Amino acid sequence: MRPILLLAAAAITIPLTLQAQTNPPQTLRIGIADDADALDPTLSRTLVGRFVFASLCDKLVDIDAKLNIVPQLAASYAWIDSKTLEFKLRPDMKFHDMTPVDAEAVKFSLERHLTMAGSTRKGEIGTLDHVEVVNPLTVRLVLKSPNSPFLAQLSDRSGMIVSPKASLAAGANFGQHPVCAGPFKFTERVPQDRIVVDRFAEYWDAGNIHVNRVVYQPIVDNTIRLANLRAGTLEMAERIAPTDIAQVKADPKLRAEIFDGLGYQSLSFNIGNGRQPRTAMMRDSKVRQAFAAAIDRQAINDVVYSGLFTPIAQGVPPASPFYAPEIKPAGRDVALAKKLLAEAGIKTPLTVELMITNSADQRQTGEVIQSMAAEAGFDVKLRATEFVTALKAQTDGDYEVFLIGWSGRADADGNMYNFLHTDTPLNDAHYSSATVDSLLEQTRAETDVTVRRGLYGKIAAQLNLDLPVMYIYSPKVLIGMNAKISGFTPIADGLIRIKGLKMGQ
Amino acid sequence: MKSHLGIRIAQFIPTIFLVSIMVFCLQQLMPGDPALVLAGEERDPEVLAQIRAELWLDRPLVIQYFHWIGNVLQGDLGFSWRIRQPVLQLVATKLPVTAQLAAMAFIISVSIGVPMGILSAVKKNTFWDYVANGIGLAGLSTPNFWLGIMLILIVSVQLGWLPPSGYVPLTEDWRQSLATTIMPAFVLGNALAAVLMRHTRSAMLTALEQDYVRTARAKGLMEMRVVLRHALRNALVPVVTLGALELGTLLSGAVLTEQVFSIPGFGKLIVDAVFNRDYPVVQGVVLVTASVYIGLNLLADIIYVFLNPRLRTS
Repeated sequence: MRPILLLAAAAITIPLTLQAQTNPPQTLRIGIADDADALDPTLSRTLVGRFVFASLCDKLVDIDAKLNIVPQLAASYAWIDSKTLEFKLRPDMKFHDMTPVDAEAVKFSLERHLTMAGSTRKGEIGTLDHVEVVNPLTVRLVLKSPNSPFLAQLSDRSGMIVSPKASLAAGANFGQHPVCAGPFKFTERVPQDRIVVDRFAEYWDAGNIHVNRVVYQPIVDNTIRLANLRAGTLEMAERIAPTDIAQVKADPKLRAEIFDGLGYQSLSFNIGNGRQPRTAMMRDSKVRQAFAAAIDRQAINDVVYSGLFTPIAQGVPPASPFYAPEIKPAGRDVALAKKLLAEAGIKTPLTVELMITNSADQRQTGEVIQSMAAEAGFDVKLRATEFVTALKAQTDGDYEVFLIGWSGRADADGNMYNFLHTDTPLNDAHYSSATVDSLLEQTRAETDVTVRRGLYGKIAAQLNLDLPVMYIYSPKVLIGMNAKISGFTPIADGLIRIKGLKMGQ
Repeated sequence: MKSHLGIRIAQFIPTIFLVSIMVFCLQQLMPGDPALVLAGEERDPEVLAQIRAELWLDRPLVIQYFHWIGNVLQGDLGFSWRIRQPVLQLVATKLPVTAQLAAMAFIISVSIGVPMGILSAVKKNTFWDYVANGIGLAGLSTPNFWLGIMLILIVSVQLGWLPPSGYVPLTEDWRQSLATTIMPAFVLGNALAAVLMRHTRSAMLTALEQDYVRTARAKGLMEMRVVLRHALRNALVPVVTLGALELGTLLSGAVLTEQVFSIPGFGKLIVDAVFNRDYPVVQGVVLVTASVYIGLNLLADIIYVFLNPRLRTS
């Protein structure tokens, strides 16, 4: 009787299920590695959310393939002085609700980023003092202090402009039906199943949009995402596993795009957060240098990532114009590692706890490190931890060494300042160096790329001595797609921009 | 009868109340800080404080609980912290998907398990018995996620017969709906089919040795009729009981299958919510599930009373 009742209840509720849609021709289905969070540029915090925003919400500026800042909603921009940035908007642009994109909307959106409860943009543009509307198509952003990386922040969610009318009407629920000024407008979302956006005919650059609909499908498992791509139920898939790239290349129906990304993977050494008594690794930079000398970055890359990634010894990735080519990763030197440990007066084996997040590649990386470090006299204990728990442990200082990555930002400042400057929110190691603090501040005040690159080189050299962090590799962006797709532009932030993309027949 | 029903209804309320306290306390024991997840990569301290205040995470646990349960009593299960949608809306969308999957898995498991059990018993100690037993053993010992991935690679990628993942509602396109759910339902029902096969075989072997079966054969009835009308009818009683008990297991077992096949059902909802510390969703899903189970049990008890006159006087 009871199961029958259960089935009856199910039968009654089945019609409640949301309606699936029949897709029009030229529908692009993109497999994303997770479900997005709130589709509100002010609240959004996930990488997959940024994939959807690439279709929905244009920004004041964007980045190009060489990481140059290029106008998007803005027709042009200029620094009036070291603290004032002026944007001239393109004329006749419309939001998806057909209201105009103007200077007032820019002011509204930026102030929303700064003041809305729970805004995750606040930290990115906190240096913005106020916004002045000069005329309907001109807006000035006045900063509290000179800050050259500020412009690059506007090439991501902080630069996304939302419809004031829709935002005011929806309040905190804006993310359920976002209204922006991107090439596609929001159609529907079935959580954990799909996000559907349709071509916006009034888009300011509509001539460059050749796709009618984009369906973002969250598929968490790498193998299943690839299987969908191979079966033809997806046209594109992001974050193909490095070990699967050979399969994509071998399939004549598919193509792989492989290019430098903005992020890095690193070993974060806890210097002074929480744990008492401090361990030898926390106390002595020589012990950390010994640990670093025992590790072969290229071996990790070869064993775990099929040799696709780029070993680095700095937090600025090779794709960035701020990358210092003179800072090269040192080779593995076990003899040096043993010598440094002896100089530090360490009796081996020295037990070290390495926290790793509980994913297959991180476990493998941890095991490779464990094996290499053992030869130098380290007894590495791996502590596999679920990501959210690890995040809490990191902020509380409940770790000795943590294998942790960063998704990366267009400007090198986003990879460095908040992790390394004294008393910054992401400096969980509690590293503090007057030299590095001063250099980091200089990079913010300086606008010349060559000078900033030199400063970042100096920072990297100092970090490789102090070692609050050991940079291991910079991951590549790996995107798989149907071979018929053309017009894809690889940009280091890894997002799929639909502009210019053609699906072929 | 009225007092019997009154007691059952009176039990419903404290049970749900206890469930609500349990789920609330258990999730607080989960390590990790939801505010850290919600604050984004930049983790601005001011934003963290704002989030804690907005979500009442900075209040004592007891206050948080009464704030939540107060809203629940007014029919408001709250908003998902992660995707900012009402929990009730999420539940109403996901429950039918999992119910369809479980129902299909149940039908598949019965369709495979019972005939195989009969065949195995009738052809005892023959080639067919060994084959059926081998299949049953394989079904019991094959992990769902492995079977799922193998099916996707063979049936979808190599043969191109079925879509590898996703879901289409029955109301939209029943053919496409069956196409998207048949593989996950098979994976989900696979282990139950094996269990049913073994129980059917055992019950049939016992039944086939009974006097009434011998009598039926002595009367000259055809073997098919003896097996299906006389032996099976009696053998099925324990099998039906087992199948009914296992239906609930199918609902909970859908968690892993939904992950593998990217089916946006109840299981996937709660797994994602747990991993993202989306407390309102976890609380809402558990509370609704418990309410449905307890409510259906209560309804069944009421119907038993109406169907069975003896219960009315007991």
